[in-house]
Amino acid sequence: MTATPYVVLSAIIFTIGCVGVLTRRNAIVVFMCVELMLNASNLALVAFARQHGNLDGQIAAFFVMVVAAAEVVVGLAIIMTIFRTRRSASVDDASLLKY
Amino acid sequence: MNDFVNPTIEYAQLWPILVVFGVACLGVVLEAFLPRGRRHLSQSVLAVLGLAAALGGTVYVGLDLHKFGGGAARGLIAAEGTIVVDGPTVYLWGLILVFSIGGVLLFAERRLEGGVSAFAGQAAALPGTEAERQASTQGLDHTEVYPLLMFAVGGMMLFPAANDLLTMFVALEVLSLPLYLLCGLARRRRLLSQEAALKYFLLGAFSSGFFLYGVALIYGFAGSMQFSDINEAVRNDASNQSLLLIGMGMLAVGLLFKVGAAPFHSWTPDVYQGAPTAVTAFMAAGTKIAAFGAMLRLFYVAFGSDRWSWQPMLWVIAILTMLVGAVLAVVQTDVKRMLAYSSIAHTGFLLTGVLGVQSASELSDGQVTSMQAVLFYLTTYGFAMVGGFAVVTLVRDSGGEATSFARWAGLGRRSPLVAGVFAFFLLSMAGIPLTAGFVGKWAVFTVALAAGAWPVVVVAIGSSIIAVYFYVRLILLMFFTEAEGEVASVTTPSLLTSATIAVGVVATLVLGVVPGPVLDLAGHAGQFIR
Repeated sequence: MTATPYVVLSAIIFTIGCVGVLTRRNAIVVFMCVELMLNASNLALVAFARQHGNLDGQIAAFFVMVVAAAEVVVGLAIIMTIFRTRRSASVDDASLLKY
Repeated sequence: MNDFVNPTIEYAQLWPILVVFGVACLGVVLEAFLPRGRRHLSQSVLAVLGLAAALGGTVYVGLDLHKFGGGAARGLIAAEGTIVVDGPTVYLWGLILVFSIGGVLLFAERRLEGGVSAFAGQAAALPGTEAERQASTQGLDHTEVYPLLMFAVGGMMLFPAANDLLTMFVALEVLSLPLYLLCGLARRRRLLSQEAALKYFLLGAFSSGFFLYGVALIYGFAGSMQFSDINEAVRNDASNQSLLLIGMGMLAVGLLFKVGAAPFHSWTPDVYQGAPTAVTAFMAAGTKIAAFGAMLRLFYVAFGSDRWSWQPMLWVIAILTMLVGAVLAVVQTDVKRMLAYSSIAHTGFLLTGVLGVQSASELSDGQVTSMQAVLFYLTTYGFAMVGGFAVVTLVRDSGGEATSFARWAGLGRRSPLVAGVFAFFLLSMAGIPLTAGFVGKWAVFTVALAAGAWPVVVVAIGSSIIAVYFYVRLILLMFFTEAEGEVASVTTPSLLTSATIAVGVVATLVLGVVPGPVLDLAGHAGQFIR
């Protein structure tokens, strides 16, 4: 048994997240897609840890969860503020800075 | 049952980092317990003291490094193999700490806004509402910016010192998250500031997603996160090349985003323009120094034996970055935005240095190594950027900082000193002889030439010439153009900003006229230990 199916699955999830970030307009959904990318990495890390028979990858997955949680705190704070000022969380509306 | 073995932490070598993080935590506690009136003074003093203590510690650690092996690569791998304290690390720590002291001084400036800092009185209050008016009439301040800055500094110090991919990822986030918040805290032009924070955050999180997936793939390839093990696997393991190449590419995306290299540069102008200028100054210098340190370590130590895979990629990116930075800077009409594009061009020049020859043994005597050139360039760049943005905070009109070119017209006639200082920083960024920038450019170009990267150097010289055009255009605007309409004038700052600018000017001049000592110091930093 190899780790390949798990890694392929993680790559698919990562791609879904990546495409989501590029195509969705709502900042919250974009942010959720980023989280999807992080979780895809977690799956790959754990699968590889299993394959190599050491715990580094699994430990890393815990760190990633903590980092993702911290990122949620900061990210939602920023998105909330901008939503309250503009009454919209669309990333297309925030377009004062350009060129 | 195995016996429990205590992990060893080399406190004697790591305490500069520990002091910074400790002071950051202390700052959070102070924020909770001190009455509002006392916070500004105590937080800023605490931050400066903490950074100064860490800087002293860095010097002490640096002087002590020779204990751990002689030769070019000396230092030790600390904290159970997660952090490396070697010559380049110590040099970068010193740089980061110097520029973050400058950053704290700019943060603490209160005279420009008439008794309040440049940060929002109450970030949660909506712009244009009663709550915001109250916050500003009561003279409220967000003093949380100091702990946030300290956390960012801690992350920046950890980033180039990381010896495994996990530590590097955590450091990346620790340095980025506080910066996302700091960007959104401007007192004036709140919408721009919040928009900058949103863009920086979304794109930053996106890029760190790439970085993390790269971590996972490289771990899958090597079976370990440690750089030395990865290097070993790169050398010996021919299987799974695709994992290695894709992983390397994804790690590069994350790092190139942080340094603002094309095609991952698009956040830079928006964030530099929208963020409070003090934050921009700190971020422009600190992030770039930390990220270049991390990039050098990752590519030289972990992927050093596979340089034929990553060098062509960096060639292309260096060329693209220089051209994008220089050409787009020409069409800018906003000072902060122009400086942002110029910082992109500088990223390109630094990447040119990264392409150079790494080991001193391949060079004849007196030639500089790649490491030395990049470290020196980062020094000159940092002083010019911090100084330049500090000057931008002074030029104001009724609406706060005036950054559009129209307002800067004729500034040299109204305030020759400030305009002269700014012109001097611009000349250094352009790389005119007798300024620090010239020596830095010369150093990175020679190392790239020595490594045979002449196409990159040709493009670099071309984009330097384009860069001279837009820097000189701004200087001409300041000194030789008649002002029309409303113009900006220079507000007298307190000692804090003046001191930062003065240090920037002196350092830029000294590094340009007698670069020897600092160049030697950068050379003395030696190489990474593996």
